[in-house]
Amino acid sequence: MSVAESAGRVLRSGAPPDTAYDVTVIGAGVVGTAIARELARHRGLRIALLDAANDVGEGTSKANTAILHTGFDAVPGSLEARLVREGRRLLAAYATESGIPVEPVGALLVAWDEEQRAALPGLLDKAARNGYHAARIIGPDEVRAREPHLGPGALGALDVPGESIICPWTTTLAYATQAVRGGVDLHLNCRVRQIDPGGGLHELTTSRGTLRTRHLVNAAGLHADAVDRLLGHDDFTVTPRRGQLIVFDKFARDLVDHILLPVPTALGKGVLVAPTVYGNVLLGPTAEELDDKTATGSTAEGIALLREKGRRILPELLDEEVTAVYAGLRAATGYDDYRVSAHKEQRYVTVGGIRSTGLTASLAIAAHVTDLLATTGLDLPAARDLPPLRMPNLGEALPRPYQRADLIAADPAYGTLVCHCERVTRGEIRDALAAVVPPGSPDGLRRRTRAGAGRCQGFHCGAQVRELFEKGGEPGSG
Amino acid sequence: MRRERIVDALIVGAGPAGLATAAGLAATGAGEVEVVDRDQQAGGAARHCAHGGFGRFGMTGPQYAERWVAAAVGVGAVLRTGVTVTGWSGPLTLDTTSPRGLERITARAVVLATGARERPRAARLVPGTRPAGVFTTGELQRAVHGHGQRIGTRAVVVGAEPVSLTALDTLRQAGVEVAALVTEYPRHQASRARAAEARLRHAIPLLTDATVTELLGRGRLSGVGLRHRDGRTAYVACDTVVFTGDFVPDQELARRGGLPLDPGTRGPAVDGAFRTAERGVFAVGNVLHAVEPARVVAREGAAASAAVRRYLRDGDWPSASVPLRVTAPLGWVAPNRLALDEPGDGFTLRTTEFVTHPTLVVTQDGRTLHRARRRRPAVPNRPFRIPGDWTGRVDARGGAVRIALAD
Repeated sequence: MSVAESAGRVLRSGAPPDTAYDVTVIGAGVVGTAIARELARHRGLRIALLDAANDVGEGTSKANTAILHTGFDAVPGSLEARLVREGRRLLAAYATESGIPVEPVGALLVAWDEEQRAALPGLLDKAARNGYHAARIIGPDEVRAREPHLGPGALGALDVPGESIICPWTTTLAYATQAVRGGVDLHLNCRVRQIDPGGGLHELTTSRGTLRTRHLVNAAGLHADAVDRLLGHDDFTVTPRRGQLIVFDKFARDLVDHILLPVPTALGKGVLVAPTVYGNVLLGPTAEELDDKTATGSTAEGIALLREKGRRILPELLDEEVTAVYAGLRAATGYDDYRVSAHKEQRYVTVGGIRSTGLTASLAIAAHVTDLLATTGLDLPAARDLPPLRMPNLGEALPRPYQRADLIAADPAYGTLVCHCERVTRGEIRDALAAVVPPGSPDGLRRRTRAGAGRCQGFHCGAQVRELFEKGGEPGSG
Repeated sequence: MRRERIVDALIVGAGPAGLATAAGLAATGAGEVEVVDRDQQAGGAARHCAHGGFGRFGMTGPQYAERWVAAAVGVGAVLRTGVTVTGWSGPLTLDTTSPRGLERITARAVVLATGARERPRAARLVPGTRPAGVFTTGELQRAVHGHGQRIGTRAVVVGAEPVSLTALDTLRQAGVEVAALVTEYPRHQASRARAAEARLRHAIPLLTDATVTELLGRGRLSGVGLRHRDGRTAYVACDTVVFTGDFVPDQELARRGGLPLDPGTRGPAVDGAFRTAERGVFAVGNVLHAVEPARVVAREGAAASAAVRRYLRDGDWPSASVPLRVTAPLGWVAPNRLALDEPGDGFTLRTTEFVTHPTLVVTQDGRTLHRARRRRPAVPNRPFRIPGDWTGRVDARGGAVRIALAD
């Protein structure tokens, strides 16, 4: 099979190969995987994608608000504004083609006091300056009609119909899968400790041994500043900003039809309430400036704050059970824009300060970084279209395998439910374990299938899912 | 697309309650009686309880489950496992998924016997990291008895009620040292004999008036933070934590069908004849009251089968019922609707506080219907019952009937 001949490898242990790579991307989050995928379009390049974790998307990419933004509120004229605008168009098309769940639910920025209401015209104007012209201001009656479960006191809203919800895990995994199929070697559990710029070749000392590469891309997210310093730069410092999020039970989904965004004011940003493509409701995030890049725990104070704010926005939400609480760290740099720069003499591109908009902008960032790599002397062979990809559907908007008679008739494993809360079948678990980029842990399997992500959190299926993971998807005794 | 079928009685859930209902119905010639269960094996939660003490003869859970499977199948009930009910497509029509495909089953009577589960860490809003090593008793039992998995080396058990002691036994069988039992209550809630047998003999500390405030560790749990009611805090190193008890009904199907739920039990509201608000839809077992022992729900199943049988024969359904409510510190009562044609045989309650000699008062619109002092204390997470001999005094057109503790 031609795909297999040219496909890269997914390696979680062992020393990297002796021969040098043309390009190495450090960081396999949504940005790094998108860059690797874009580079894979240029047949003939030897490309490595590295991550310190044992799976793709293990950092900021797995714990965000899962929104496909329009970029209506970006800083006009900034790199971020341009890449979000372009990236949104690219990702929306890519999602349709690849089966990444997206629901175009639209957003309402709800004003709860006079100050917030007074801020709406400015936001509308900013949206226009960002080239987004579908937004409009609506009054309290229309807000109430469109969101009947909203708490009392909404004075109006900015209606942004283009905002969508998306599956961030499937997006990252789709990029990584296409990259590996296109020839990229994905090295996991591969932490970069030291970089020796040498003459013509960077020598990377990693937790798995030495790796050599001509060109280097730093997409290390929270650790982008540290990688930058390994190459002698001191352009920015990443301050982790913790965002705690509460996921509510699927019974909450009927309470909300749009993404309910806060109106940013001088007093700070509030929290959002948003449906998820899995049929849950998300409440959050908090915004806590920290100095520990591993502090992904939730706190009693954070949870209490979110519940208090959520009660104001959607009172009935608090009556529903909580399915999960998680925290992600966003890569804040103190600058109001991305920090993307090429260092020609080092054949090196830094992709820093990619904030919460990184998911939306990912494909445009990848194209931009590839252009920058060319300016550092990388010879880019002609680009080709990668073979199309169809990802397993984790979203509720389209039929899932357990609802499909055709699929079950062809393979009864799609009619055998393992995770009852999320209705995940043995067939889907088997497929995920045999995929091009297989999970490295039961958590990784959960992100790929939703198995164990439901209201019972493994009460019923936890032991069985663990067994399937350990035995590679073969039916066990239980 | 969907294979459509019609049966007389469709029972959802093949635990002791569902199987006993099916056995009772099939034995009395109620027509086609079918039980579906989403698990690959019938028996419900009992199947995962390797310990003894089930039924009158102290069988193990799996033996007890097997007995009820044999009883139901032996009298002609059709038992189908690996069949998941995914939703309703009519008032008495359910959609299912199984390896054999999609079905749409319409029944003259539907019985929900979907059981209960423990609330997991997230629903309890316990902050901290999300490491491996966090269990409920249900997951622990399946991991140890069903799959022989390795659990860990040192555990903290959250809860000190009967199921917590089951978790403790299971941990011990899996070779896990138990660092402590932690309960928010001032004492444990198990019987004295059971507590002594499970805990004291092994000198396991019981930390009372304490809550788990944080989980720590990346990848794997490294410990838990605790806080005592008086403000003292502590850290216990462990690689495993088991959240026990805090049962909630598995009521997804009831709720998807729009059945009114009881605010106390959070299960479907039913009367003494296991009838929900929807004609032809019954509910039985721990989906009504999370949770009662297997022998209690099996007895309920037998009573429910008689009620379903009467409905299939006569078609009678109450046009109205009076809600039955509790006042704190009482947590819930079941059944929780009063239909005067079927008074039932008493009520099960829960308290959220220890009460030494509770006096229960039942009132309706300010009128006292019943008053009785109990000799035994009311203990959280343990059932206590009141008789139903006062239900004849309920005014069918009156307001909610309320059960409270007298001062």
